[in-house]
Amino acid sequence: MVKVTIDGIDVEVEAGTTVLNAARKIGGDVVPPAMCYYSKLEGSGGKCRTCLVEVAAGSANDPRPMPKLVASCSTPVQDGMVIKNKTSEKVHVNRGAVTEFLLINHPLDCPICDQAGECHLQDLGYEHGASGTRYEEERRRFDPIDIGNKIKLHMNRCILCYRCVMVANQLTDKRVHGVLGRGDHAEISTYIHNAIENDFSGNMIDVCPVGALTDKTFRFKSRVWFLKPMEATCECTKCSGKAVVWMFGDEIYRVTARKDKYGEVEDNDGKPAWICNDCRFEKKDPAKWNILGPRKINRHSVISANHYELADPNNNSKKVK
Amino acid sequence: MGRKLLLEHADVPGIETFDVYRKHGGYRSVEKALKTMSPEDVVEEVKKANLKGRGGAGFPTGLKWSFLAKPEGVPRYLLCNADESEPGTFKDRYLMEHIPHLLIEGMIVSSYALGSNLSFIYIRGEYLWILEILEKAIAEAYAKGFLGKNILGSGFDLDLRVAPGGGAYICGEETALIESLEGKRGNPRIKPPFPAVKGLWGCPTVVNNVESLATVVPIINDGAEEYTKLGTEASNGTKLISACGNVTRGGVYEIELGLSVEEFIYGDEWCRGIANNKKIKALVPGGSSVPILPAHLITKTAAGENRLMSYESLADGGFASGSMLGSGGFIVFDEDQCIVRNTWNFARFYAHESCGQCSPCREGTGWMEKVLHRLEIGKGNMRDIELLADINKKIEGNTICPLGDAAAWPVAAAIRHFREEFEWHVTHPEDAVKGNYGLLKGVTV
Repeated sequence: MVKVTIDGIDVEVEAGTTVLNAARKIGGDVVPPAMCYYSKLEGSGGKCRTCLVEVAAGSANDPRPMPKLVASCSTPVQDGMVIKNKTSEKVHVNRGAVTEFLLINHPLDCPICDQAGECHLQDLGYEHGASGTRYEEERRRFDPIDIGNKIKLHMNRCILCYRCVMVANQLTDKRVHGVLGRGDHAEISTYIHNAIENDFSGNMIDVCPVGALTDKTFRFKSRVWFLKPMEATCECTKCSGKAVVWMFGDEIYRVTARKDKYGEVEDNDGKPAWICNDCRFEKKDPAKWNILGPRKINRHSVISANHYELADPNNNSKKVK
Repeated sequence: MGRKLLLEHADVPGIETFDVYRKHGGYRSVEKALKTMSPEDVVEEVKKANLKGRGGAGFPTGLKWSFLAKPEGVPRYLLCNADESEPGTFKDRYLMEHIPHLLIEGMIVSSYALGSNLSFIYIRGEYLWILEILEKAIAEAYAKGFLGKNILGSGFDLDLRVAPGGGAYICGEETALIESLEGKRGNPRIKPPFPAVKGLWGCPTVVNNVESLATVVPIINDGAEEYTKLGTEASNGTKLISACGNVTRGGVYEIELGLSVEEFIYGDEWCRGIANNKKIKALVPGGSSVPILPAHLITKTAAGENRLMSYESLADGGFASGSMLGSGGFIVFDEDQCIVRNTWNFARFYAHESCGQCSPCREGTGWMEKVLHRLEIGKGNMRDIELLADINKKIEGNTICPLGDAAAWPVAAAIRHFREEFEWHVTHPEDAVKGNYGLLKGVTV
C-alpha cells in the first residue's frame, strides 16, 4: 500500500493505482472529471485531458514537483505523492481550456439531443465552461449516419474518447468501426457504411459520454428527466439480465445498463454487467421484466428531479413538486 | 574547414555500393565492436561521447540506451526513426540516399550494443525510392556476412528490415512509430510505460534517429575521446544541417558544432549569404517546430554574444530570445517574406498532421490554423492576436505527445517577435488580401 495526498486528503491505495482511482477512493469533489477514461475498458484514458492534475511532489523519495500537469487517469501513484486537483489554479485554468476545446466544434444542440440530462460534456461545460464562445469559425460538420439498424451516430457531437472503439474491440467478436482521418477532421465511422451487427454492440451507446451514439429505438421519444429509471432483471441467456428500464407510466421507453456515479457500468459478480442487444432494444414490454423498484440516482442529477423524495438539511422529507 | 565524420565520402562515385564503401573504411566499426568490445563497452563509449539525439529533442543517446530494460528471455528491438517529416528538414534523406551503408553499419553496432537481434528502419512513406536504395544495400550487407547469422564469427545474429510508413508526420513520434510498425493506427501511446520498458510488441525498445545511429560509427572507430574533441563543451561532434529558404546555396551540410551562425549563413563554404542580395529577416534554425528568431537575434544572442550553431547557444535566452537546434532544418527568410503567412503555413501543417487523439491538439491546432488564415487574408481583428497567444499557451504541455508543443511554439514565437506584422494585417485588410506583407511593406530590419 502506498500513501498519497490529494487536495490535502490522505488516502492509502495499492501500488500501481492511478491518481484518478485514488481520488475516486476518497470520493466527492476531489475526483477529477474524466471524459474518456472508463475503468472497465482496457487501454482507455489519457486522451481528453480533462482529468489533468498538478503533482506538487512526485514521491517521498523524489519530492520534486512535476513540470507539467499529468493525466490522472493514466499516471500511477507513488508513495508520498502530493497531488493538487481542485486546489490548483493551473488545473482549473487547464480544465476550462479543455472544455473550450471540446466545445468549439460541438454543435451545442442539447435541446434536441437525447443525451441531454445525462451528458458528461454538459456537466463539464456547466462546471468549467465559459458563458460565451471565442470561436468565430465555421464548426466542423458531418452527416449523421446509421451504424446498424439500432444505433445512430452523430459525429458532430463526438469528442473522440475512443470508448466505443474499445467496446467493440473488447466486447464483441468483430470490430467494424474505428477512427478514420486525422486531427479535427478525424471521425468515428465504419468502413463504407458497414452495419454493426452483433449481440453487444449496444453497449457503445452506454459508454458514449456525449450524444454521439444514441439508441434509435428511443430517439426523440422523451427527455430522460421525464422518465423513471427502475432497476429490473430479466431472464436472459446472453447477458446478466440486470438492467435499468426507463419508464413513463407503465411503458418502458428505453433500457440501459446499470451505471455508477462516474457513468460506468456496474459490476455483477466482479465482472462489468454489460447488457445484450436483445435486452436493450427488443424487450420494451414490462411483462418481460421483473421490476425491482426505483434506481438510486445522485440527487444533483437532473434525472432525479421530479421523482424522488429528497432528504433536506432539516431532515423533513419532502417531495419536490 | 571543419572535419566531416558522416559525409566525408558522400561524393565518392559508387559509395552506395558495398565494395566502394568498404574501400573507404566502411564497416570497420562493426569489426572493432564485435571483435574487441562488449556490448556494455559500446554503450559506455556512446555515453562518453555525449552524443545528443539528432532527431530534434537532443536527448543523450547513451543515456537513452542505458534506460533499456533487459528482462531475461524477452527480445529487445532497435528501431531507426527515418520518418523525417519536419518541414525544412531533409538531412536523413541525404544521408540514406547517398551513403546507405553508413546507417546500416551504425545499426549493426547499435543493435549489438543493445542486444537486438531484429532491428527495423521505419522510413516515411514518401521516401519510397530510398527504401529501394536501403534494401539493396541491406541485401549486399547480408551477402557479405555483415547481417544475418553469426556476424563475422562473433556469434551475434542480426536481421535488419525496412518498413515504410504511410506518410504521417505523427509517426515520427516514437510511440506512434511503434504503433504504426505494429500495423495499427499511428497514435502516440500514453506514457508511462516508456518504450525502453514496453515498446514494440510490448518488448523493450530503443528508437533512434538516422543521424544518431550513423554517428555511432565514427564514435566507435575513433573513440569517444577523439569524438568529443570536436564541437563545443556541451555540444560534441558534428551535425547535419539542411539549409533552405532564401539562401544562395541551400543543401545538406555537415558542420562542426560551434560554428558561428553568421559564418554558416554568409560563409563561402556554406550557404553563401542571402539570395539576390536581400537582407535576412528571420531564421528558423531547427525545423518548423522551433521558435523563429528575428534578425537582431540571429547572429548575436540577447546577451550580445556570438550565436553559434550548438545546442546551448541557439537555446540561449530561452524562448524569449532564443530557439533550438532541433533537427537541423535551417530555414532562412529574407526581407520580402511574410511571417504571418509563414506561420499560417506551419499551423496548417500541424493541424493537418495532428492525430486527433487528445483534445487540446486536435481542436487547438485546427483553431489556430483557422484564425491565422483569417488574419493572413485580412479578415482578422486585434482580439485574434491575443486569442492565438492564449490558445497556444493552453495547448503547450497539455498534450499526449510533443506535437502539441511543436504546433504551439512557432505561433507563440512569431507573435512575440513579429507582432507588428500581425497588427498590420488587421489594420491594412485590403493590402493583406492583395499580397505579401514583406513585398508590400518593404520592411527593413
